[in-house]
Amino acid sequence: MRDKPLIAIGLLVLIVVAAVAFMAGRKAANTPPPVTATAATSANLPSPGAKPAAEEAPQGNQIDAMRRGIPVNQEGAVPSLAHVENADIKRNRAYPMQPPTIPHSIDNYQVDKNSNRCLLCHARANADKFQAPPVSVTHYMDRDDQFLATISPRRYFCNQCHVVQTDAKPLVANNFKDIDTILSEQPEHKAN
Amino acid sequence: MTPTMTRREFIRNTAVAIAANVAGLALPASATNVLLEGDLTQLKWSKAPCRFCGTGCGVNVAVKDGRVVATHGDVHAEVNRGLNCVKGYFLSKIMYGNDRLTQPLLRKKDGAYAKDGEFTPVSWDEAFDVMAAQFKRVLKDKGPGSVGMFGSGQWTIWEGYAANKLFKAGFRSNNLDPNARHCMASAVMGFMRTFGMDEPMGCYDDIEATDAFVLWGSNMAEMHPILWTRVTDRRLSNPHVKVAVLSTFEHRSFELADIPIIFTPQTDLVILNYIANYIIKNGKVNKDFVNQHTTFKRGVTDIGYGLRPDNPLEMKAKNAKDPTASDPIDFEQFAAFVAPYTLEKAVEMTGVEKGWLEQLAELYADPNTKVVSFWTMGFNQHTRGVWANNMVYNLHLLTGKISMPGNSPFSLTGQPSACGTAREVGTFSHRLPADMLVANPEHRKHAEEIWNIPHGIIQPKPGFHAVEQNRKLRDGVLNAYWVQVNNNMQAGANLMQETYPGYRDPRNFIVVSDAYPTVTAQSADLILPAAMWVEKEGAYGNAERRTQFWHQLVKAPGEAKSDLWQLMEFSKRFTTDECWPADLLAANPQYKGKTLFEVLFKNGKVDKFPTSEIEAGYDNDESAAFGFYVQKGLFEEYAEFGRGHGHDLAPFDAYHQARGLRWPVVDGHETLWRYREGTDPYVKAGTGFQFYGNKDGRAVIWALPYEPPAESPDKEFDLWLVTGRVLEHWHSGSMTMRVPELYRAFPEAVVFMNPDDAKARGFKRGDEVRVISRRGDMRSRIETRGRNRMPTGVVFVPWFDAGQLINKVTLDATDPISKQTDYKKCAVKVVAV
Repeated sequence: MRDKPLIAIGLLVLIVVAAVAFMAGRKAANTPPPVTATAATSANLPSPGAKPAAEEAPQGNQIDAMRRGIPVNQEGAVPSLAHVENADIKRNRAYPMQPPTIPHSIDNYQVDKNSNRCLLCHARANADKFQAPPVSVTHYMDRDDQFLATISPRRYFCNQCHVVQTDAKPLVANNFKDIDTILSEQPEHKAN
Repeated sequence: MTPTMTRREFIRNTAVAIAANVAGLALPASATNVLLEGDLTQLKWSKAPCRFCGTGCGVNVAVKDGRVVATHGDVHAEVNRGLNCVKGYFLSKIMYGNDRLTQPLLRKKDGAYAKDGEFTPVSWDEAFDVMAAQFKRVLKDKGPGSVGMFGSGQWTIWEGYAANKLFKAGFRSNNLDPNARHCMASAVMGFMRTFGMDEPMGCYDDIEATDAFVLWGSNMAEMHPILWTRVTDRRLSNPHVKVAVLSTFEHRSFELADIPIIFTPQTDLVILNYIANYIIKNGKVNKDFVNQHTTFKRGVTDIGYGLRPDNPLEMKAKNAKDPTASDPIDFEQFAAFVAPYTLEKAVEMTGVEKGWLEQLAELYADPNTKVVSFWTMGFNQHTRGVWANNMVYNLHLLTGKISMPGNSPFSLTGQPSACGTAREVGTFSHRLPADMLVANPEHRKHAEEIWNIPHGIIQPKPGFHAVEQNRKLRDGVLNAYWVQVNNNMQAGANLMQETYPGYRDPRNFIVVSDAYPTVTAQSADLILPAAMWVEKEGAYGNAERRTQFWHQLVKAPGEAKSDLWQLMEFSKRFTTDECWPADLLAANPQYKGKTLFEVLFKNGKVDKFPTSEIEAGYDNDESAAFGFYVQKGLFEEYAEFGRGHGHDLAPFDAYHQARGLRWPVVDGHETLWRYREGTDPYVKAGTGFQFYGNKDGRAVIWALPYEPPAESPDKEFDLWLVTGRVLEHWHSGSMTMRVPELYRAFPEAVVFMNPDDAKARGFKRGDEVRVISRRGDMRSRIETRGRNRMPTGVVFVPWFDAGQLINKVTLDATDPISKQTDYKKCAVKVVAV
């Protein structure tokens, strides 16, 4: 799955169409409802704030969620191995400094002192060819914040910060709220 | 944005605005999507050490409206200079798992406490009433030897110190031990036996100064990721630098290895003695250093495996009763002792190719190569872990490669304050602060003076250590038990035979303080909800002797309270008359009728600093509750133990400014390399080196042999089981399993197995299996790929997953000297479900 630009363009077109239709719908209150419905659904589709997995998780009313309800001194069936998500869709970050999670499988990637498969696509010089996000500017800085010609050796092993995500459903929901949520909840918040 | 606009509406408007711009449409101003107003977008940033491992990275924490909204690596922190590992980057979420405990829960039936009751929410008053009644019953019926506490290397320094006072002075029970017993005890005894003083002489600055790294049983790439970034930086930036990685299976640290070594379990002892022999045989001993700064000893052998005394292995071990005994020897005797450890013998016993062994030995032998040795649980969780520690020091001492930049035997720690709290505060069952011992009358007297309590209060006999506590609970000897900041039901070995039956024994009352409902909490009788990390003011000490402070940044949820508040508030419910002998009180009448709170914490020292000294802009819930600056008072009293004795700590306030300071801090200066003239203020001019922990100023080189492990695979139980951790989860996963990104990165434990071993048993990847030992079994699934490559005959199972309790299978054999469990070696079979 390496045709992200196409997807992005496709989604953008969809949003534009939907939004125009939506605005049209607002202006002419009597136009048939199906258009509005389509608009709302489409506009919500690419929402960067969507966190489907977290929202489905149990709300933490039980004290043995981590045991999946099985008593400590007993054994129960083990869930199947979770699958690594490989859809190549960028995920939201909880805050700007969070390292992005890896949106594709990395099975059999060689990353050792001789070779780094991740940088084949994510190095600055290759990112255009593969349409991969180039590693951030910080990754070219040494311990004293000086820029190096190539990737900083202290950032060499990507997996120390960037990890894949499986389709496993969290056992307990997390109530962390990002800054946008906090701001939107401020009662004294003035209209812009 | 309007006040009532939801996040979803905001996002939709954003999309609409973008689309409208593209389409050239004008929109009303209310749909504008970027917020730039100064006050609204300001975040309050404060420093804190990371909550997880012993590396001690500095992080910056952003708070908005009483909630942590972001964290990132602190660019001013010397340890990590702006970097975090994936766990550290998600610190913001660890406090917000939806099943946080917010009120005390007591097992009740018909409105009263019952061992077989259901967990029922109760007030703090009722919780402490029931708990105090249980502790008083046990103290009265059986005495202080039957109450105990299991603490933590994740306690803040003052929490460990308060617990030490409450148990060793208040209740007069030495049955206080930290979970650091499971991770650092062998390192401690290694230091004490070689140097007479705990903790590393060097520091992390050695990484940027060395020519070679040797990892002895440490997977730093996953367990100390930020130190690994420094090692990687050094290795890749300087091609002459070599990295040797030793383990019983191939893990991520091998990605950087120039010298990769997979050895047969337990034969690291052989490799260590082979290298010592190589150094001697090749004339590479630094004779001046050895003559001036070392002595030689031979330790007793056949010391058993720390199992229950009636175990056949213990009954037949000749020196199980006194495993620490030794005889002085000289260099010639030492040379003769290691002479049988030839290259041929090493190859035969370890299964390692001889070229790798020679290259490894040469790193130590070559006088022009500076060497850093790193080790963690591979050495420490080892039935001969103290020996392994002593034996790696041998290599550095024979060559004089110690206490100088780049030459450093370095014991890494697993927990954020294993050094700061467990070791320096002395929360072990045999210790007092600053390396002092309960068995030493001078040390007890000194502690009693600092604590301002009558002489004779502290008991001379060491209490029950971690593994012994589980055995004594099981036997009904230890009956009132408090667990704080650890998850020993999941972490302790041999769960089914030792841990679980003890917790559920009707004779015992078990209290567990935690932020989350762990399996330990589930197995308790009373659960107390705890504040965690930046919900309280804290201090940790990392592996390089760096003491780091943080402020309380947010409030704990619901009625959750810090462990410090719990310890101090609980002490109000006991009087000296209930806990101290009548003759001591008669001789010291001023203590009569006082509460333990009054004699331990409101003693004129701990309560010396007013709350007005708390830095403006920060809450401090404990100080507000007790009416004085609790943390400062406890810290300053504690610091009396070490100042002037090689453990000097800076004044309290200095730590809220600095990004940590490495002790001893003398005249405002931290110490980077101890024991060497010029870098350690305690070393006298003209001596060069002084290992001043020992009276003669010399370090000890130990003659110790290879001895076999407690249990090895046989025909029926045909595989070695190794347990350990993974990068994404920390310890028992009680925090990281509740962070969605970390959970989804590694959601469940698996059995890492060699594909040939899997094939021979008819398994394919993902098959459900039972891992079975002589002690219990656990269900899991087979993993033949991924980050670990197992040799045939060895399986690895991580222990982070509460859903898969691998300690149902492990063996509770310990190092007989350190009493630390060997979690790396036992025999299992793996069968289909």
